[in-house]
Amino acid sequence: MQIEELRLDGNAAGGALREVFAWEMTSAIASCAGCGAAGPVATLLNYGHDMGVVLRCPRCDAAMMRIVITPGWIRLDASGIDLLMIPQSTSV
Amino acid sequence: MTYRSVAAPAPARLEWRVATVAQVRDETPRARTLVLDVPRWPGHRAGQHVDVRLVAEDGYQAQRSYSIASAPEEGLVALTVERLDDGEVSPYLCDVLRPGDGLEIRGPIGGYFVWDVAIGGPLSLVGGGSGIVPLMAMLRHRVLAGGVAAAGPPTRLLYSAKHWEELIYREELGRLAARGDVELSFTLTRETPVDWLGYRRRVDESMLAELIWPPAAMPHVFVCGPTAFVEVVATLLVRLGHEPTRVRTERFGPTG
Amino acid sequence: MSEQPFIARGFAGRRAAAQSGRIPPGQYETRDFPVLSAGPTPRTPLASWDFSVEGPEGLLARWSWDEFQSLPRETPTVDIHCVTKWSRLDTIWEGVSLDTLLAAAQPRGTMTWGYMLAVCDGGYTTNLRFDDVVGGKAWVVFGHDGAPLAPEHGGPARLLVPHLYFWKSAKWVRRLQLLQDDEPGFWERLGYHNRGDPWREQRYQGDP
Repeated sequence: MQIEELRLDGNAAGGALREVFAWEMTSAIASCAGCGAAGPVATLLNYGHDMGVVLRCPRCDAAMMRIVITPGWIRLDASGIDLLMIPQSTSV
Repeated sequence: MTYRSVAAPAPARLEWRVATVAQVRDETPRARTLVLDVPRWPGHRAGQHVDVRLVAEDGYQAQRSYSIASAPEEGLVALTVERLDDGEVSPYLCDVLRPGDGLEIRGPIGGYFVWDVAIGGPLSLVGGGSGIVPLMAMLRHRVLAGGVAAAGPPTRLLYSAKHWEELIYREELGRLAARGDVELSFTLTRETPVDWLGYRRRVDESMLAELIWPPAAMPHVFVCGPTAFVEVVATLLVRLGHEPTRVRTERFGPTG
Repeated sequence: MSEQPFIARGFAGRRAAAQSGRIPPGQYETRDFPVLSAGPTPRTPLASWDFSVEGPEGLLARWSWDEFQSLPRETPTVDIHCVTKWSRLDTIWEGVSLDTLLAAAQPRGTMTWGYMLAVCDGGYTTNLRFDDVVGGKAWVVFGHDGAPLAPEHGGPARLLVPHLYFWKSAKWVRRLQLLQDDEPGFWERLGYHNRGDPWREQRYQGDP
């Protein structure tokens, strides 16, 4: 994996994900629709910066989840995720 | 029998709250701890962070995430912020904010990069620069959750910084090491003091092989700091044979 | 319910104090050149780089790197405006005008296509109106500040359409797909404006 100094990871998207989903999402397991790799959302590579959330597969770089929150609308493209397993964690 | 959904109730929505700065404490020339009084704070887990939002009078907004430095047992929210010279938020938090000011935060956030004593060990913490912050919350929790004696799992910390002056929590870490609460290793990557006995180079494979518990011990490893640091360290750990799922990472972005 | 946001005492952000008439509404001037990318930096070797213009029937024109370098070039100095609120004045570029490229692709000058999609290494796309890129308004640039365009800023070559928000100035551009109908690109699908005129603050879908 080539190092990209500016990228973050799914941990940093935790707050935005809580705006969209009811549950804590960084510990959810996401399977890549492109290459099949599966892992916690926290381990996805986060490129959106101030534009939005763009979470990419650490193995094949496919965009797995994209979120942009604009006045009045949240747009979510999760077409890069084959399956999402969300732990029903009751802790904060 | 009536069918009942087995879904547990979802946690409460995360809301923005205005915290009050109770205290500020300079840790190093570039890092400052803000102790916050947060209304209705639900508590947190070591490793979690908060989002901070600043809104200017003309509506201009900036938002960043900061790891919580305090242990859950302390009953308060402390953030340690390292000042990035060309930053937008950190200079405000380090230079302008003062006790009595309000600060808008939301949290706690996170469920992956978290550790509590129930998870067990052995525990290996690897921090670069301000990446020490969430790891410090874990160490503080380990001490406070353990009760009287150092009852937590065996724990090692490798902390990398550019200069000795930039080692955040240096004295507290020294005290924890002296009590046997952590096996401590520092490495400095720029200049080192004359009498320096620690490592004096960037974290590399041989340093990790020496200091991290061997893969056979099945340690829980947490790596945090600048993106380049985290990615190099995580790659090396996997190369040394550690299970990728037992190496948890949190990237902080570019160095200042 | 509309709430008054909490105003952080003494917060001004990383902004220049003075605002000139060259800064569009809602923007702030910066002296840096922040890097924003939607994905990892592609590293296309010049030997395998090419740039093409395609229509619905197929390829209309293609240039290798050397061929591209022999096209007439310009050095526009322009102001750029990012939808994330920063603007940078007097940025200097070197590249080929889209007028040159589109004329070569359509020698008879029949411009029946209203739109185009810029397609880039790494998969990024952005949509543009034909009349937003002709008449000296857009370039494919490979130089910045007198030096070859760095990969993190879009090198080997990127689109430069400075009169629109900078997400339209697609990095690592490789192809222009000419279209009859508008087709939203990467950010536009997610809610950013199809056109993106900073002087009309066309930031998001639904902005007039």
